[in-house]
Amino acid sequence: MFDFSVISQWLHNLLLSIVPEWAAILIESVLVALVIITLYAVFAIVLIYMERKICGFFQCRLGPNRVGKWGLLQVFADVFKMLQKEIIKMRQTDRFLHDLAPFFVVTASMLTFACLPWNKGAHMIDFNIGIFFILAVSSVGVVGILLAGWGSNSKYPLIGAMRSGAQIISYELSIGLTMLTMICLTGTMQISEIVEQQAAEGWNIFRGHVPALIAFVIYLIAGNAECNRGPFDLPEAESELTAGYHTEYSGMHFGYFYLAEYLNLFIAAGIASTIFLGGWAPLHIAGLDGFNGVMDAIPGIVWFLGKTFFVVFLFMWERWTLPRLRIDNILSLEWKYLMPISMANLVLMALVVAFKLYL
Amino acid sequence: MYQDKSYFSGLFCGIKSICIGLKTTMREFFTPKITEQYPENRKELKMFDRFRGSLTMPHNEKNEHKCVACGICQMQCPNDSINVVSEMVEVDGKKKKQLVRYEYNLGSCMFCMLCVNACPHDAITFDQSFENAVFDRSKLIKQLNKPGSKVAEKPMPARPAVAKPAAKDAEASVAQAAPDQAKAEKPQPATDEATEAKAEN
Ligand code: SF4
Ligand code: SF4
Repeated sequence: MFDFSVISQWLHNLLLSIVPEWAAILIESVLVALVIITLYAVFAIVLIYMERKICGFFQCRLGPNRVGKWGLLQVFADVFKMLQKEIIKMRQTDRFLHDLAPFFVVTASMLTFACLPWNKGAHMIDFNIGIFFILAVSSVGVVGILLAGWGSNSKYPLIGAMRSGAQIISYELSIGLTMLTMICLTGTMQISEIVEQQAAEGWNIFRGHVPALIAFVIYLIAGNAECNRGPFDLPEAESELTAGYHTEYSGMHFGYFYLAEYLNLFIAAGIASTIFLGGWAPLHIAGLDGFNGVMDAIPGIVWFLGKTFFVVFLFMWERWTLPRLRIDNILSLEWKYLMPISMANLVLMALVVAFKLYL
Repeated sequence: MYQDKSYFSGLFCGIKSICIGLKTTMREFFTPKITEQYPENRKELKMFDRFRGSLTMPHNEKNEHKCVACGICQMQCPNDSINVVSEMVEVDGKKKKQLVRYEYNLGSCMFCMLCVNACPHDAITFDQSFENAVFDRSKLIKQLNKPGSKVAEKPMPARPAVAKPAAKDAEASVAQAAPDQAKAEKPQPATDEATEAKAEN
């Protein structure tokens, strides 16, 4: 399998040969930041298009199909529209917090985005508490949402933000517990190691069989809730709260929330594919060497993106099937159902690991 | 949540109904889409049977319609969209109402279909044409009976067939004369309609 670290090492050595080490690291950091931002924008566009198409298909219609072939340019048109719009300034809002909020949300999702393992050797952030780091920085987004609701000085955003706070903090528990379940299996929190291990021994969802599958399903539910997407979209709840916490935003400030929503979806899916479906690790079936060879020939990035978009599809399937829940239903779903189940599941996984029942 | 059920039966019930929902949407995902891409598929676009495009009066191949000018449809119409102009003619010494013009104002019609339901002779119906845009409101007032058309004779129920032939002959000659007359009188409307149709298309 192709190792991306060859390229990064070559680049590092090249830079070292012309500039001192601090400058080389600076240049590399800027390059990485540019790459992250570019990928961020590109994936946002891809996801928005995908969402609109898939939503259309689930509702027995075609989705956007007028701008460009199959509506491919529709999202670009939307992005340019959004870029041109004025960012309005309202009286009696907390201007500082109001303007700060979208950046919190975007920064949080970009930080999480940087943790994804794209290929063997192609990690942007990789250290021994990777999963822990992901959980921590992804929660920063909720601060942005709360600030947006508070800073807008308007009742709908405030209600939306409070709901979002209650919801995200609740579902964070399920996410944390499912991740803990998987860490129990892998024995490491470092993302690169988690993937290496799966490349060597098989995907976690197969290795951990029953508890891993339960954890995966719970993650699918809680992940949708984390991204504030339907059926858990009641922080936005356009039929009740106009647009929830981003009601008072316009132009690119609104655009940041929009981007972050879709990128959070991608990130949630990317993390699911990393810890359950093996990240960039190709599919191996023990005994079929020819098959395994073919699978190895497919580059890791393709595996990673394929799995991630598969999980994104699962998320969208869930979203466009179920109607929006009520806030009390959401909280009782989490506290009375998902959390006890994931705790029991954690115990189950611990037993499986203790008795070496995994594959 | 499920107050009436115990914890576990509620949970499994919920999982089951979610699975049913997921199955339904997945099936929907693969069904052919119902979206009509209208201007492109104009040729093969087929509206559904009950679509109410605009009111028409079907004519058979002998240029005959079934309207007896009773005016029930006009009375039924809540929007005054129908205007039945009739005249009295004498046929066989009997006075009879005959349709002159059947005016239908598409612009004020609300497609309630009361007229069609009320008509005792099934003389009018809705067709599937919906390209109704015109540049002038007066073009929305349409004459539904074709120029020179006349009311179709109903197949007579069994009656003493003795006195009939003469009457039928007389009628037939009237019927023959009428279309010629009408053609001579109104070549204009026909071409008008044709150009209008072109403009609409
Ligand atoms: S269309 Fe029907 S209801 Fe109307 S005048 Fe003719 S026969 Fe009577
Ligand atoms: S459909 Fe209704 S409104 Fe239109 S002409 Fe018939 S009765 Fe009048």
